[in-house]
Formats: sequence, structure tokens, C-alpha cells
Amino acid sequence: MIAAAKLLVVGASLGGLDAIPVVLGALDAELDLAIAIVQHRSPDSNGQLARILSARSGRDVSEALDAAPLSRGAVWLAPADYHLLVDGARVKLSLDASERHARPSIDALFASAATSWGPRLGAVLLTGSSDDGARGVAAVAKAGGATFVEDPERAEAPESPRAALERITPTHVGDLASIGPQVTVWVKTARSRRTHG
Amino acid sequence: MALPLTSKGPPSPPSVEDVELDLLLAGIVRRWGFDFRGYARASLRRRVGRALEREGVRTISELQSRVLRSDEAMQRFIATISVHVSAMFRDPAFYLALRQKVVPILRTHPFVRVWVAGCATGEEVYSMAILLHEAGLGGRARIYATDLSDSLLDRAGRGVFPLRAMRDYTRNYIASGGAVDFSSYYTTDQQHAIMRRELRENVVFSQHNLVSDGSFNEFHLVLCRNVLIYFDEALRDRVHGLMTESLVRHGVLGLGTKETLRYSRVASRFDVLDEGLSLYRRKA
Repeated sequence: MIAAAKLLVVGASLGGLDAIPVVLGALDAELDLAIAIVQHRSPDSNGQLARILSARSGRDVSEALDAAPLSRGAVWLAPADYHLLVDGARVKLSLDASERHARPSIDALFASAATSWGPRLGAVLLTGSSDDGARGVAAVAKAGGATFVEDPERAEAPESPRAALERITPTHVGDLASIGPQVTVWVKTARSRRTHG
Repeated sequence: MALPLTSKGPPSPPSVEDVELDLLLAGIVRRWGFDFRGYARASLRRRVGRALEREGVRTISELQSRVLRSDEAMQRFIATISVHVSAMFRDPAFYLALRQKVVPILRTHPFVRVWVAGCATGEEVYSMAILLHEAGLGGRARIYATDLSDSLLDRAGRGVFPLRAMRDYTRNYIASGGAVDFSSYYTTDQQHAIMRRELRENVVFSQHNLVSDGSFNEFHLVLCRNVLIYFDEALRDRVHGLMTESLVRHGVLGLGTKETLRYSRVASRFDVLDEGLSLYRRKA
């Protein structure tokens, strides 16, 4: 298996069902990119969420099984009641305790991806009503990855993106429609700066 | 070992934490014989982070010093690193499929051996004991419940659970096709549910290390649910191999519902019994 050249992690809670498809739909499936998504969800929700995201975005979104490969074009969604982590070229699941009241946790996905993908990682933090994701975005920035944050003034729920902007100055802040195109530019061009520390 | 992410670009230098983690794991193997080097790094890092908080130390090197010198600190480390959570009749659809698809297979055998690997505090063991009892197999079945951790096995053997968990467990039990009053399976005090002794009459609890120990019997059903998600590919493949060797021909393997044999080396040795619920049947 060949891993994608770059990985995009996406996090959202309240409002994500509308916001995530806008971003996914703007990304060409032919990009050399794998995508992993955490959308906060009820522990007993079912496969319906992946179907909704697929239908609205036109991309094939699947619930992640443990050890699923981060290959080009793959779009993995965190299953209900599991953390979705990134471990090298594959995703891993975990039943460890909730983080900041969330399982799946956006912070957990972003921080684990930052460790193994560093400058080849992009992180998108969208609408959300908690501060889950803010620490994760900061971890991605620290590892040299690109960060894309939805403008809190225009997000359905401003808390998550606002908490992120209190921690870092992201690569890009903008309304929902601007994020997909910005990510595309990053995938195609970025020689991400490397930072250590 | 992780696959190479890409051929482009130089590898990033390891972080101080990764170096410290390697040293800690190598030290633990030499000092105590427990080998966590095959655990998946992403979750291991998080759990070691929790061990740091619990021990009140700031760096993995400080944790190492403590764990190498103190038996108690090592026991606490094992409990933090290896624990996995479960619930009775977790994923009720899985247990419903056991009742409907697997019990008829088990009935064809004069005596039934079940291995619950990585049983932790025993929720799955008691669920299985109840299920076998209700299938009329209780008298001719034995459950082997194993875990790495002695302290978790002790707890599993006592069969004492928080009373407040019983509401969820009862709901799961009913959804799994359970037909009697779930509370008939335990007695209570003010805070606990104590599982009935009869349920563990045919259960053997014993220590077994999936990393280093071999097969110890032939089983008709092996359950190893949400344990291997914490292992890396090489170790997971080893354990899949171990399970394969430990199953009778046409024996059944049940994994967590978000686990799959699809990416495993042993995939070709199994037929799928229920894909969505990760139930597999060993080929002849």
C-alpha cells in the first residue's frame, strides 16, 4: 500500500453535517491526499452519518475500521464512540476515555496525526460548540503542518474556531467556501516549512 | 513496523519524547519481561501521557526511573497501559448474532470451549456465560478468560460491578435478545452488582500474554474484541495467527465491530460469518 503524499484531518461538532460536505465537495478526488474526519456524534449513532456526508459531498465517506490505510483518495470518518487516531500510514481506533467530554475527540485525531505526518499534514477546524480541536490545531501548527480555520464570525457555532484562534495564527482563516480551495492550493504547492521544538 | 509514508523528502528527526519512549519500553523488557514495543504508538503515547499525570512526573525519563525501580510503579504502569474498557453485551447486535448464528454451530459439539482473550475486568466473560446458559450450553461449556494483568483478572474473578452500570447493561442485554429479567443474574448491595457465583462455575481465569505466550488449547469460539486495536500491525498479525492456531476447524472468531481481518495476513484462512459484526469462521 502506498500512502497519500499528504493527509488532511477535519474536525467539527455542532453544524458539521452541513459544513463538512462543503469542504469535501470542493476537494478533487484525484488529489494526492487522504482525509480523516472527526464529527462529534452520539455514542449510539449508526452508519447513517457517513451516508449523509457522502451524499452531500459527492465523495465516498466511510466509517473507519481499525488499521484502514491512509491511501490516496480515502476519506475515513471516526465511528461512533471510538477515538480515531493516525499511526503512520494507517488509522487506529481507541476506546480510551473521552477527552474534553468527546469520543471521538478532534484533539486526539489532530495530535496523533501531527506526530507522524508533521509538515505533510493539513488540519481543518470547522464550526463547533466546544473547545475540542483548539489544542489539536496548535499541535499541528507546532509540527509544521498547515492549519485552516473557519471564520468564527460566520460559523454556525463559533466556539471551536474561536478557541483555536486564541492559540495560534492559522495558515488560513475564512468562510466555509474558501477552505476547500485553500486546501487544494496547499496540497498542490506547499513546501511546508519545518519547525522543530 | 509502520509502512513508509512516502518516498519524498527526508525523514523527520525523532522527537525527544519518541526517544524516551523507546528507552522506556526497552528498559521494561529487560527489567520486567513485559514487552510493549508492539503496541500501536498513537495510543501508547496517549496512555503514557496519562501515566505521567498519574505518577505526577513531567518526563518519560522520570517515569522510567520509577518504573524500573519499583514493582508497584510497574504494576500501575501495566494497568494504565493495558486496560481496555468494555460493557456487558456491548454492541448488542454482536451478541444477537452470537445467539442466532454461532450458538447453532456450538451446539453441534459435545463440549464447548470459549476463549475470551484480553478479558480485562470481565464484562464480556459474564455476558458470554449468560448467553451460553440461556442457550442451554452452560453445563457443557467452559470459558477461558485471560488477560495480561493479574490485578484486572482478580477483579474479573470477583464479578463485582458498579450498580449504576447495570441500567446500560440491562438495556444492552435486552437488545441482544435476552429474554429473562437481567437482575436475576446478580445480587446487589448499595453500590454494587455481584454476579451470581453459578455464572463463573465454568470459567477459568488465567494470566496470558498475547505478546509472548503461545496457544494453550483448541477452542470452538475465540473472542478478542477491541484488544488488538492497541497493537501495531506486526503484533496484531502475530495474535491473529495465534487465534487461528487456537481454533478448531470451522471454529468462530469474534472481533470488535470496528476491527476487521481484511488487512490481516490470516484473512485468507477465514470465511466471513458476519462482515459488519466482525464474525469469522476458520476454514478447514
